[in-house]
Amino acid sequence: MLKIKQFATNFGWPRIIIFFFLIMLFVAAPFVGVRIDASLGDVLNRFGQNGLFVLALVPMIQSGCGLNFGLSIGIVAGLIGSTLSVQLGLLGFAGFFGAVALALPFAVLFGWVYGKLLNKVKGEEMTIAMYVGFAGVMFMCIMWLALPYTAPTMVWGYAGKGLRTTISVEGFYRQVLNEFLSIRIGSTFVFPTGMLLFDGLCAYLLWLFMRTKSGTAMTAVGSNPDYARASGISVDKMRTTSVIISTVLGAVGIVVFQQSYGFIQLYTAPLAMPFAAVAAILIGGASVNKASMVNVLVGAFLFQGLLTMTPSVINSALHTDISEVVRLIVSNGIIIYALTRKTKVAK
Amino acid sequence: MSGKKSFGRFFTENAVVIIFLLITFAAVPSSGLSIQYIVQEMITRLGRNTFLVLALILPIFAGMGLNFGMTLGAMSGQIGLIMAINWNVGGVEGLIFAALLGTPVSILMGYVCGSVLNKAKGREMVTGYMLAFFINGIYQLVVLYMMGAIFPIRSHAILLSRGYGIRNTLNLDMVRQSLDDLLMLKLGGYAIPIATFLVIALLCAFVIWFKKTKLGQDMRAVGHDMAVAEAAGVPVDRTRIIAIIISTVLACYGQIIFLQNMGNLATYNAHDQTSFFAVAAILVGGASVKKATIPNVFVGVILLHILFVVTPRAGQNLFGSAMIGEYFRQFIGYGVIALSLVLYAWRARRDVLRSREGLRGGADRAAVASEGAAE
Repeated sequence: MLKIKQFATNFGWPRIIIFFFLIMLFVAAPFVGVRIDASLGDVLNRFGQNGLFVLALVPMIQSGCGLNFGLSIGIVAGLIGSTLSVQLGLLGFAGFFGAVALALPFAVLFGWVYGKLLNKVKGEEMTIAMYVGFAGVMFMCIMWLALPYTAPTMVWGYAGKGLRTTISVEGFYRQVLNEFLSIRIGSTFVFPTGMLLFDGLCAYLLWLFMRTKSGTAMTAVGSNPDYARASGISVDKMRTTSVIISTVLGAVGIVVFQQSYGFIQLYTAPLAMPFAAVAAILIGGASVNKASMVNVLVGAFLFQGLLTMTPSVINSALHTDISEVVRLIVSNGIIIYALTRKTKVAK
Repeated sequence: MSGKKSFGRFFTENAVVIIFLLITFAAVPSSGLSIQYIVQEMITRLGRNTFLVLALILPIFAGMGLNFGMTLGAMSGQIGLIMAINWNVGGVEGLIFAALLGTPVSILMGYVCGSVLNKAKGREMVTGYMLAFFINGIYQLVVLYMMGAIFPIRSHAILLSRGYGIRNTLNLDMVRQSLDDLLMLKLGGYAIPIATFLVIALLCAFVIWFKKTKLGQDMRAVGHDMAVAEAAGVPVDRTRIIAIIISTVLACYGQIIFLQNMGNLATYNAHDQTSFFAVAAILVGGASVKKATIPNVFVGVILLHILFVVTPRAGQNLFGSAMIGEYFRQFIGYGVIALSLVLYAWRARRDVLRSREGLRGGADRAAVASEGAAE
């Protein structure tokens, strides 16, 4: 009994409530006419779409930079890559990997600048990250209008210039990962093997990196910067590296998202994306200064499960569209919960 | 050398204002708008926004940074206004009615916000920001689902056709500009809403007076150093909660003034950008996370809104697209907030380093001085 209580305090009541809420939704689903297999397929799909965003938060949490509310910087870099890929007319896997490859230099550059900036403002990273992210997204809004893109599928038809708000990647790289080795069971359930494999590969690479000398140094910087400096680790360099990795993962994440979702969303679309990722990793049990792969896995699954199941189940049960409000309360509630925890000194 | 240094310091301390002035000077002529038009817009917008921006001063004074949780007060004010429309109370009485109803709600909200922020010392700003999102969810739950279903609503005109929940846009005809028109002075072609400015002046007087009271001095002490204040017997947590409650109540009144001037209420979006505009304004006016004065507020509102008035037209004229101007002004708003937070955090860290170096020997100090010159 004591053990359960201990586990509950460690894991946090909000997370347990969310967990049981999700189970309840799955149990209730058949009674209100929602197909479980279709829902599970949706959850898996959205898990794959958003998993990399959640993963992208890990390095910065570990290096002590806090929750990366400025993940939109990476997303914007990814958008540059994907629009360039469509502009160049790359198709299929070439389109997808072309988008990733074209996004990488921008992501590294943005991440480097963004990391240098965050090094100057230790202790205030989160608020500043949020506003740097916002400002970056708005700056790119101007760029989307001003840059000389010409591909007819991307620019506004009547003006012949300026990118559209949503661009279809149909015929370019839509679903290339999802359909790679995908397993179809029954009429509604599809297992997106390729996408989950790709996510898994990224997660594995990050996991490997966190176990190398640099990765351990990064964690040391996050747990105790003074100790890290005393052992000869360059604190600033490690922090910058973590920001670059996070930004790159954000950039790759948005390309994965697009190939599954089918559209490139430009302009103000990236503004809200970091918040969903932050909520997910916190639901998974991470704190402001500690996160693991398990947190990512559990969090992304629980959060996306919640996002998929609340609209379908609650709306068919109550015949209203209350799910958006539930999402707002749950995702922001969990962020506040995490922010108000006393920061534990590393054991 | 020292002159150069003091110029450098002057620039870093006022970088936000200086950059902003430069952009404004560049944008005004290219917008092609007349000075008369801009001046009239400024008078209107000063009346509309100043009260909201003033609500930010006390939390800064109490060392809690920029109160992004002021949105909670704005939502309370909107609930008050919805009720005023519901009970069909028009004119200035309607505004007073809304304020009276909004007061207990905003006190409760302020208490909640203050208590949450006390648990997140050192990251008040980001927590306040997320709290505004969270309470936005609760607000929607109440206004969109409970009003008319659980809370009785008399007027069916403001309900959605399904029978519960408030309409997306409410017409505030009953109270539209009732405060502004109460005492409108026409002076040389300009319309000046004297009553609104009187209310703002009253609030300024309150802020100045409040800072001199015992409670105000406690707040200053808490803002300066929480540990020292605690040791001196100041109830730190309580003082911080009071600062937030006052700010939230003021934001509630501020939002009512803002909306009576706008004349309609976007029930579910009106509060979305309240804190963004208010925070951007006070920072543009030269305030920082730790220091804000009443002149900062007025300068900030004027500067920010000149830019907001001229950028869409300037974008249209310079680039042939009003959307570029629209995005540009949002970019400037967010950028200003980011820049002044960065400058502040960077300066605070540098000062800490300097004072630490000062404790060491002369060689180190010389090294620091040359480093400073290299900068």
